[in-house]
Formats: sequence, structure tokens, C-alpha cells
Amino acid sequence: MGRSLKKGPYVVQRLLEKVERTEATGNREPIKTWSRACTIVPEFIGRNFAIHNGKTFVKLYVTEDMVGHKLGEFSPTRTFRGHGGKATKGAKK
Amino acid sequence: MPRILGVDIPNDKRAVISLRYIYGIGPFLADQLCERAGISPDKRARDLTEDEVAKLTGLLDNEYIVEGQLRRQVQQNIARLREIGCYRGLRHRKGLPVHGQRTRTNARTRKGPRKTVAGKKGVKEMR
Repeated sequence: MGRSLKKGPYVVQRLLEKVERTEATGNREPIKTWSRACTIVPEFIGRNFAIHNGKTFVKLYVTEDMVGHKLGEFSPTRTFRGHGGKATKGAKK
Repeated sequence: MPRILGVDIPNDKRAVISLRYIYGIGPFLADQLCERAGISPDKRARDLTEDEVAKLTGLLDNEYIVEGQLRRQVQQNIARLREIGCYRGLRHRKGLPVHGQRTRTNARTRKGPRKTVAGKKGVKEMR
């Protein structure tokens, strides 16, 4: 179920302000954020983010195609290391 | 038998029903098409006049996305998800279910035939 149009996309205001502020000062450092639920808006295009996945910050360069997705979609929270077996164990070492 | 859009040759069913054999036409669009082309829902597909067939073809060509074009569109959407590296794209890449279903059991449609692992519980019984 999509979100009501009346409300508009969910964007964390602080984050949007930070994007605009750093844009004005020319600071291109990746923006560290925990706001995984924040929707990517066109203002974010061309910026670098570091999105928390519960453990580390995953770097993301935002492109045009990503608009409309949430930041968290690009920062996987689970790691699948494969199932056992000699072949996989040998390959890991 | 009438031919609509080249390949599709719906059969002796009612026109509304046989239109659904076109990829991208379901119950809703089939009803809508028949109404717009002025075809009675009781009419059989084989009884369609050339005029009516032409009308349907025209509508489908100009105002609806069906068959090859629709298939391509769907593929493009998936390709986009894969490319941007979002969660759904990763699931497509791995061939796992995309919409958050469980994968501990089931999910065989996406995962394909079972790959039995030796030494796992329940393997002995399968011999």
C-alpha cells in the first residue's frame, strides 16, 4: 500500500536541510545518516551518503534512478556468507 | 478465427473472454475494450466482423501497452532495480523472492528445484 499523496513523500527535514546547507558551502563529504526510512528526493542527486545498516555506514552515490526509493534500500542489513561445504570453506580461506 | 495483433488467435469463446489471451489484457481491460469497441459481451470471438477486429486492433495499438512492448517494459523495470543496487534489485539478482516472503521453506518458484544437501536432517528418508 502506497503512502497518501496528501502527505507527500516522507523526507527527514533535518537531512534535507543538511543537504541544502552543505550544497551551499560546497562541502561534498558523505553525509552520515541513520534515517533509512527517508525517501530519496531529487535534491539528493549527485550527493554522497553514508547510510547506517545497524553496524557500519554504507557509502552511496545517489543517481537519478534512485529517486523515490528509501535510503535504507541501498544499505543491506544482512550478510549471507553462503552455506557450508568444502568448496565454499576452501574458497573463503 | 480472428487474429488480433499478429500472433494472438483467441478461440471460440466469447470475445470478452478470448481477449484475455493477449498478454496484458485481463478481466478489467477486456470488458473495457469490448465496451469501447461496441461489442456485445455475448458475442463469440469467431462471430466478430472485420470492422470490429479492426477497431480492437486500433485501440490496442494506440492506447494500450500489451504483448512485446509490455514484456519489454517489465524487463526494463527489473533491469533498473538490478542496476541501482537497491534491496529489490539484489533479490532479483540472487533469484530470491522480492516481496519479503519467507525463504526458510517454500519460495520454490523463485529458487527452482530443491538442491538437496547431504547430511542435513531428513536426507536419509529420501533414499
